[in-house]
Amino acid sequence: MNAPYPGEIDRRLLNERSVSGRIGLQLQELDVPEQALPEPGLLRTDEARLPEVSQQEVVRYFTTLSTMNFSIDANFYPLGSCTMKYNPKVNEEMAFLPGMAGIHPHQPDETVQGALQLIWELQRDLGEITGLPGVCLGPLAGAQGEYSGLMIARAYFEERGDIGRIVALMPDSAHGTNPASASMAGLEVVTLPSDSEGNVDVEALKALADERTCVFMLTLPSTLGLFEPNILEITNIIHEAGGLVYADGANLNALLGIVKLGDLGFDIAHSNLHKTFSTPHGGGGPGAGPVLVSETLAPFLPTPVVSRDGHTYRLDAPDKSVGRVNGFHGSFGVLVRAYAYVRAIGAEGMREVSENAIINANYIRTALSDEFGIAADRACMHECVFSPQAQKAKGATALDISKRLIDYGIHPPTMYFPLIVPEALMVEPTETETKDTLDRFIAVMRQINKEISSDPDLLHDAPHDTPNTRLDEASAARKPYLRWQPEQNLTASD
Amino acid sequence: MTTNVSPYIPNTDADRELMLAAIGVNSIDDLVLDIPQAHRFPALDLRPALSEFDLVAEIAALASKNATPGDYACFLGAGAYRHYIPSVVKSVVARGEFLTSYTPYQPEVAQGTLQVGFEFQSMICEITGMEVANAGMYDGPTAFAEGALMACRITRRQTIAVLDAVDPRNVQILDAYARHQGIQITVIGHGDALPDDAACLMFQSPDQFGAIEDMAALAEKAHSAGALAVASVNPTSLGMFRTPGECDVDIATAEGQALGVPLSFGGPYVGLFACKDAHKRQMPGRIIGRTTDTKDRVGYALTLQTREQHIRRERATSNICTSTALIGLLMTTYLAVIGRSGFKKVAELCYHKAHYASARIDQLPGYAVKSGGPFFHEFMVECPLPPAEINRALLGKKIIGGHDMSDRSLNGMLICVTEVNTRAEIDALVAALGEIARPRQ
Ligand SMILES: Cc1ncc(COP(=O)(O)O)c(C=O)c1O
Repeated sequence: MNAPYPGEIDRRLLNERSVSGRIGLQLQELDVPEQALPEPGLLRTDEARLPEVSQQEVVRYFTTLSTMNFSIDANFYPLGSCTMKYNPKVNEEMAFLPGMAGIHPHQPDETVQGALQLIWELQRDLGEITGLPGVCLGPLAGAQGEYSGLMIARAYFEERGDIGRIVALMPDSAHGTNPASASMAGLEVVTLPSDSEGNVDVEALKALADERTCVFMLTLPSTLGLFEPNILEITNIIHEAGGLVYADGANLNALLGIVKLGDLGFDIAHSNLHKTFSTPHGGGGPGAGPVLVSETLAPFLPTPVVSRDGHTYRLDAPDKSVGRVNGFHGSFGVLVRAYAYVRAIGAEGMREVSENAIINANYIRTALSDEFGIAADRACMHECVFSPQAQKAKGATALDISKRLIDYGIHPPTMYFPLIVPEALMVEPTETETKDTLDRFIAVMRQINKEISSDPDLLHDAPHDTPNTRLDEASAARKPYLRWQPEQNLTASD
Repeated sequence: MTTNVSPYIPNTDADRELMLAAIGVNSIDDLVLDIPQAHRFPALDLRPALSEFDLVAEIAALASKNATPGDYACFLGAGAYRHYIPSVVKSVVARGEFLTSYTPYQPEVAQGTLQVGFEFQSMICEITGMEVANAGMYDGPTAFAEGALMACRITRRQTIAVLDAVDPRNVQILDAYARHQGIQITVIGHGDALPDDAACLMFQSPDQFGAIEDMAALAEKAHSAGALAVASVNPTSLGMFRTPGECDVDIATAEGQALGVPLSFGGPYVGLFACKDAHKRQMPGRIIGRTTDTKDRVGYALTLQTREQHIRRERATSNICTSTALIGLLMTTYLAVIGRSGFKKVAELCYHKAHYASARIDQLPGYAVKSGGPFFHEFMVECPLPPAEINRALLGKKIIGGHDMSDRSLNGMLICVTEVNTRAEIDALVAALGEIARPRQ
């Protein structure tokens, strides 16, 4: 093998393997008479320089690439805020049934009754789990669910003539999509400080909530993994001020069968099916971010939702719908997987999920908080955030600890988020890990802590055995190199 | 001892007891004290859990209630297209290392996903003739809408001109995306001038009726008004037809579904997004760049992240976070396996079969092909009866007919023919249309 780069893995791109005349697939012959071509001015003059490689080369290339990934199937992946739980294999099979994967989005309703029924049932189930009965499964990820929810809030106030409500309040611990979605929705973002315990500062909230408040966006449990103890007071403050309360439900994995968002006074929420409902994350999507609302707000949901008359299901536009946020009816393949998950575990299984997620996170928190420092020293929900400032003082950053974990075959936690915790390491074990795996993680973390004193370079140079050591991200951004070019020099040092 | 209901939870009562003791509490109840007591542990009214055997049976039963293209000849397009998906594509995408990994925030353990993403960006540049591309958007229509928002950022103008031949569905999505940003949307015809302060002209080729647009003329029209040209193209058509790059388009978008992605009732799909190099720092979404590691080896990482929500928050170029990496993998594998010649050949098969079908349908009494010019693999037919009626009759003959366009064109039906439609299927469609048109006695 003629590998142009040092190292064991042949990293050449497909076009660097291409040999003129090779094919990877035999296409069928034309079975109708050839037709007249359009005028030449309409035709492409250059050629798309796609690779010419054999079928086996394609398989081997992608298979080799896949081995350079950590994944839930192969590794413990305690990535906070991401709920990297086991993705059941049967769900994949269900999503690829020809009667699911093969149907066209423009087929008449009467020819897709099975698909529409599945959507309707999942709408109902998610409404039941969250206590927010108005559900649209359409949004394609959490961020699109957020934007949909904020459009609903704006439409609701507009209908009431209450047009001065242009502020989205949110805690300083909010995920980046919250402010980004709010500004897309034309709202002014006002950030609220958290108190010393990591809770919403209730006095500050009272001072800020007024007739300009459109929504208060709150992640529950918070991005510190904490349940907000003053939640009823908080939703009440916002309602008294005439505003709506939005739940970022990315952390719903802590709440299944434990508490319903609707019961706490939330008006709008989104849920990430690619987290709580076990659909695979695919290396960065696809996801699904259903938007869930109270009965009052249901007429504003995006189009389409599925409704039922007797035993017949149809795609519907809610009366005062905010409109369409994407091409068709959402990430249907993802919805099939989530449906399979809900049906496999039922109500009892839901509560088991959250109870085990909470126990697992607290087990790790208790074991490691002495050595690594914890952002909030009290019971957490499904995740906890460490703040290894003592380690930083010794020269080992959260980044170093993360990279060293890779040497032990463990995916790093979420780093430097939430922004309010110095050196944040956010650990979310999920319910699908065994006690043994957690014990090993704890032992590895303690070992790393020892290495900080005994052999700090082990951390600074980590990871060691991966196809690449640390990458130069600064120069990648300064001189962006974003595509294959035929004239490219194959040596790495150019 | 009780066992778990969920087969996906490993820990037993014994494990939990040990763990609770280590935590220093007696039961789970002690860990959820912050939750208002009155609302703790609500009953959930869900159907009882199913064994895997029963689960498969239930979902298979739902699937069997759908009429599945393949069992039926299918002539639907209008934004989602049926093409052959090589077996290799399905096998690659099933690999758990791709399927069950997260967004590549830790590049050392995500080189697989990252290198695929770099291939994806490179291939989009090749097929569209554009200079740079991002690592994917939610779907085609949202990519198109984000293209317009990007044009507003670049030009600092707040009016978007949309050609009236663009699919109204795309305009609805644009409206949802632009509504709260003080942006004006104006729909114009081919003959109309652009508003003075237009940030861009948005067009689609083929248009909503299947007709190929003169993208070069439209780009020129936009540029002469100081606006950018934002296009949505059909990627399969680029195996034959002029590319947005050749036509001097500034921002090109596409629905990537046609390139190896199952129809799956409308999603998940992948939006393709490409632009001129000068504008790359205004792009939305993830971008993957090539770089080197500490040992000077080539590797890949997410780059230009200061555009993104996790850093720039309310001033980000987009709110997009989780996108469609796995669907990008499907597309990348598809283009790798059909390759340079296959990409052209698929387009040609579609073209000739669609034109064969249109010529035959045009000869049928009562039917007239109404394309506004050259087309690729979709064409408008004026039918002698309402399309819904025709489609109902076709279903009885195991044919899913074309897309009902009667809301915008009298008895209009948009028929799509791709390489998966055999001559026998096309001939059966033609025969059936002929029969249905005949007045019943
Ligand atoms: C707390 C929180 N909110 C919102 C999001 C955004 O969700 P998505 O990535 O699906 O758009 C995420 C996940 O990334 C999150 O962790």
